[in-house]
This record gives sequence, C-alpha cells and structure tokens, in this order.
Amino acid sequence: MVNWLVNEPLLAALAALILLGSVFGALLGYAAIRFKVEGNPISEQVNALLPQTQCGQCGYPGCRPYSEAIAEGDAINKCPPGGEETIQALADLLDVEPQPLDAEHGVEKEPVVAWIREDECIGCTKCIQACPVDAILGAAKVMHTVIADECTGCDLCLDPCPVDCIDLIPRKQGIGFWHWPLPADRFRPIEVIATDAATRTAA
Amino acid sequence: MLSDIALLLVGAVLVNNFVLVQFLGLCPFMGVSNKLETAMGMSIATTFVLTLASVCSYLTYNYLLLPLDLTYLRTISFILVIAVVVQFTEMVVRKTSPLLHRVLGVFLPLITTNCAVLGVALLNINQAHSFIESLFYGLGAALGFSMVLVLFAAMRERLAFADIPEPFQGAAIGMITAGLASLAFMGFAGLI
Repeated sequence: MVNWLVNEPLLAALAALILLGSVFGALLGYAAIRFKVEGNPISEQVNALLPQTQCGQCGYPGCRPYSEAIAEGDAINKCPPGGEETIQALADLLDVEPQPLDAEHGVEKEPVVAWIREDECIGCTKCIQACPVDAILGAAKVMHTVIADECTGCDLCLDPCPVDCIDLIPRKQGIGFWHWPLPADRFRPIEVIATDAATRTAA
Repeated sequence: MLSDIALLLVGAVLVNNFVLVQFLGLCPFMGVSNKLETAMGMSIATTFVLTLASVCSYLTYNYLLLPLDLTYLRTISFILVIAVVVQFTEMVVRKTSPLLHRVLGVFLPLITTNCAVLGVALLNINQAHSFIESLFYGLGAALGFSMVLVLFAAMRERLAFADIPEPFQGAAIGMITAGLASLAFMGFAGLI
C-alpha cells in the first residue's frame, strides 16, 4: 500500500491530508462530546451565590439575568438583599476586588418576610401576580396569605396592594427557626420556584 | 545525552530566545503583557500547546509525511496539527477551568496564529531533532516565551506608573522596552 502510494504522489498527498483531517476531526468531535459545557458555568456559579430573592433591585428582572450580566462583566455590588456577604463571595469566585454596596440600588436591610393582615385583605389577587417566587396563596375574593418559608422579603407585593394590608416584618432569626434541608431527591429538579435552586445546592 | 538536553533547553530559553532573539510570537508578547495575571495564564496555555504541538508535528512528519515522500506538505500539515491542538486545549480548559478560560478569552484561539508554534515545528525538522529533542526544544521555546512574557508584563505594570513623555506613552514605550530587552538578550549570544 505504502509503496504503491509513493509511486502516485498526487494520490499520496490527497490520502495523507484526508487521513490527517479525518483523524483530527474525529478527535475534536469526541472532545466536543466528552468536554461539553452546559450553559455558562460562570453564570451558574454566580447564580448559586445570589440570594434568589428575585427582587429586581439590581436593575435586572431576576437573579439569573443578573448572574449572566456578572458573567459578562457587570459590577458585583448591585445586590442589596445579598449585602456585603454576597459581594465578598462573588469577589472570591471571580477573583476581583470586593467593592462596597452600590447605594443607587438600595441599602442592605435585615431579612424580612411579608405578612398579610388577613382581616383587611379583599382578595384582589394582585399581590399573587406580583410575587416572583409564588409565595402567596389565595384566590379571587378570598383572603390571601404568605408562605413564610418561600417568601424572600423582596417587597414587590407591597405596591400593588390596593388596601395596603401587607407588612414587612423582621424574619425571626435563631436556632429555633433552623431546620434540616430536605433531601434533594425528594424533589424533581424543576426550577419553577426559585428557592428550589437554593435547596438543591444546600443539600 | 542529559547534557545535550540541558544545552538544548538553555539554548532555546536564553541564547535563541524565540521572542527577543528570533522575533517570533511578537503578537501575544505585545498583546497580553499588560497585566501580569493574563501574562501568566497565556504562558501556561502556550507552554502546553507549544510542547504538545512540537511533539505532534514531529510524529506527523516522521510517520506520515516522510514515508510517503510528502515533505513539501509539512507547512500545511503543521498548521492543521497546531489548530487541532489549540482547539483541543480550549475545550479542555473551558471544561476544567472556566475562570482561566475567561481570563485567557480571545488569546487562547490566538495561539493558533502564534508563529513561534509553527516556528518550533519547522525548526525541529530543519535541525533534524529526534523525538526527545523535539519535545525538549518545544518545552524550551515555551519556557523562554513564558519567562520573557512574565518579565515584560511585570515591567509594563511598573511602566504604567512611570512619568513618560507624552509622545512615548502607550504602545511606543512598550516597543522601546522590548527593543532594550532584546538587546540585553543578545548578551547571551556567546553562551553556548
């Protein structure tokens, strides 16, 4: 075979280049499958560090869009709910200098939870539509209430309420309110509720 | 044998330094040396690619092109080999270290057009190096490139704070510094 090819220089050149091309093509094709990267791994890691309040104070519609913006090079100090702690964690992850919180986007507050004064609620469902994490239960003309565990304290439900019956009360902190994270396999991996993401990373 | 390899390494790193003596690979040398951190990332990536490409092109030449009497195809084959090695490296880096991938950014694919990589492959053939010699020549060239790149990046970081006359600011002072560094490396000429 080799002897025959040496006598046919044109065919030999073609064969050699085709062989090289196909071997390297196969190698790269295999590598593309073997080393496949799903999504943008930086934005995934950033998203895991953000508090998932979906409050929009950073100027983006939620935590994931903001994490994508950070991966593209946006500033890391636009998240008031996360506060200094989140900025520090992001600075460590991205290997940049931590900056103080940008006051333009709000100030750091203690963790709060929404509370509906139930006698005053007229059942308009406006707060249900505003809630980014589906933490409000209720139906039309029936009293609503907040699922405290799901509420992120983002205050987006305050403005739509026509009778101003929603308060933000400080979330009780302390060892009595801590509970074990639920086993991760109990949930199907769906991202309907934002706090699911936090549960899975914690477990 | 061991002293031969040591001589080859010293020759490639200092005496025939690819950047400052042979003037190959000047594009990344000027482009990535603004920050020490990116210079280090680029150095690591180039070291890996250069060594691997040197070995791969040696194998391609000696086991494919030479038996078929196709040595005139060496340039195009080496370009193909280098492009594949760079692409492969990029995939691996992207998977294993997303941060390094972000730091290197556009410079990783740019190694493809780094003429030092093709230069090493062709010089290996011209100087009839053996397999081991090719490996160490590639490694030496990469170490020389890395050393010069890191030194130069450190100098440019200090230059950023220097009081430079207006016409010389920016790329101009970078070029002048590179020229002076090149003169300094000429001093190694009689070493071997």
